Amino acid sequence: MNWLTDFVRPKIKKTAPIEIADNLWLKCPDCGQMLFSKELKKSMYVCTRCGHHLRLFIDKRLKMLFDNGEYSEIALPHLKEDPLKFKDSKKYTDRLKSYRKSTGSEDAVRVAKGEIGGITTIVAAIDFAFMGGSMGMAVGEGIVKAAEICLKGNYPLVTVAASGGARMQEGILSLMQMARTTAAINQLKEKGIPFVSVLTDPTTGGVSASFAMLGDVNIAEKGCLIGFAGPRVIEQTIREKLPEGFQRAEYLREHGMVDIVVTRQEMKDALVRVLSILTHVKPRINTLALENK
Amino acid sequence: MSSNNNSLVLDFEKTIVEVEAKIEGLKKLAEEEDVDISGEVSRLQEKLQKQLRLAYANLSPWQKAQVARHPDRPQCLDYIHALIEDFVPLAGDRAFADDPTMIAGIGRFKGISVVVLGQEKGHDLESRIKYNFGMAKPEGYRKAQRMMSLADKFNLPVLCFVDTDGAYPGVDAEARGQAEAIASSIEKCLKIKTPIISTIIGMGGSGGAIAIAAADRILMLENSIYSVISPEACSSILWRSTDKVKEAAEALRLTAQDLKHFGVIDEIIPEPLGGAHRDPQGTIEKVGDVIFKHLKELLPVNTEELKKSRTAKFLEMGRHLPEN
Repeated sequence: MNWLTDFVRPKIKKTAPIEIADNLWLKCPDCGQMLFSKELKKSMYVCTRCGHHLRLFIDKRLKMLFDNGEYSEIALPHLKEDPLKFKDSKKYTDRLKSYRKSTGSEDAVRVAKGEIGGITTIVAAIDFAFMGGSMGMAVGEGIVKAAEICLKGNYPLVTVAASGGARMQEGILSLMQMARTTAAINQLKEKGIPFVSVLTDPTTGGVSASFAMLGDVNIAEKGCLIGFAGPRVIEQTIREKLPEGFQRAEYLREHGMVDIVVTRQEMKDALVRVLSILTHVKPRINTLALENK
Repeated sequence: MSSNNNSLVLDFEKTIVEVEAKIEGLKKLAEEEDVDISGEVSRLQEKLQKQLRLAYANLSPWQKAQVARHPDRPQCLDYIHALIEDFVPLAGDRAFADDPTMIAGIGRFKGISVVVLGQEKGHDLESRIKYNFGMAKPEGYRKAQRMMSLADKFNLPVLCFVDTDGAYPGVDAEARGQAEAIASSIEKCLKIKTPIISTIIGMGGSGGAIAIAAADRILMLENSIYSVISPEACSSILWRSTDKVKEAAEALRLTAQDLKHFGVIDEIIPEPLGGAHRDPQGTIEKVGDVIFKHLKELLPVNTEELKKSRTAKFLEMGRHLPEN
């Protein structure tokens, strides 16, 4: 009966997407279609047959959002590492090391400054490839720092979530990031600085139950998983199969939790429109992709 | 509170419970037979005290987790009945339903008008079902937000009694936006201009707990725990086994003492010897006194200042951790 004791491991696999060579084929995880890597890059990693949105590398995500793919990355303050001295079958510090090697990032968040439709914007994006995008002190600090920069420079903030939730290897300090990031977002809201939350696959747990759900406008990428508890945990609780489309972006929109669901191709245009309207600035680029909505 | 006759006996409490039963038996015998056995009783009581001190001096994190979940441990409603005068329970989120798990209402705490919030787990099967085992749904967290707005409007301090294994993970909860409800509840805690004091009285279970614990002061009972994930779930995910709960409880650093060390909580409230479930009334009184001490410190603070320092407290949290 107790969902805590009858726990099932989440379905989300922590496989890091690797940069694929142009001449390789990739299988769509949804429809199984073999996709040519070169084609896939052109389609922004959306399956050309079924429209499934494959998980995106963090660099591609940032490039996709900023004008001409140009942005400068903001260095984040270094916090105390592994405060709990956490060890399960492997030391947490060793896990960190191997993820740093495989992703080239310090932790699961990247903060960047650049123009979106000519509007100078701060983007804080979570990297799912780094320990499932889990939110510990470093990710929390990234969001807090991003909000601080927005507060000082009066820039709008865009967060891009892709996370399985809190990073349990940092215990209570990871849970506190829910309050920290919310406190940081609150400060922007009080100053009337726009905060747009972009939700991508997947956005669950402590990230969905904090800043990711608190956008002035919430934009979700087509088909992505969004929820508080993971589907497997819920299946275990109710002991039946979940309905088709449950916890998908469209389901969240239907239930009033997100404002807009867009395809990857439309994402940038949606952001430009929302940001330009909220900041009273005429965008420098046309937002054509949205016209066919 | 309901006292259970066939109460749960924790592993490390077996010998203690045996002595307790012996004392009870002797007392009963003395009443029935009218004999003087006070000498024997006091000898046994001494033995009991010694065993309690021995067992409770060095509880492991996993043992603390068991004490924190003891069914006879005082729960939210026990605190309200004992500490809040003229309590008026208030219901509903004004949008969908009333969540019985999330206890909410107004009343007087030592003469001061307050809003009270907390999760009730229930003491027996019937009440546990009624309170959904202490797992609140979105309407519960939205009711909490409503109460905090009320507190803000009428300048009432908010007292939260946190005791939950976590927010409810079900289809209906997801459909109504459990994530958003928790996020907004945290936001509300940080926004109000009246003092908010949260006390972890048993289980501080992850997001479901912090939703009403982003407070000016966070207090914890000595044997309560507060964690990002339950030891059971952590064992299952990281050790890929269900029998590593002890190791997980150890690794997660989830005791009140650990949280004080990390600067996450403000004060540990000592429990009577042998845990809160051995002396619920004594525990509740002590908790009331400590809350009152903090409330007196917070009441004179200017409302804007209060909110500002609450925000700063969380923004700074974890930035300056102690060595080891």
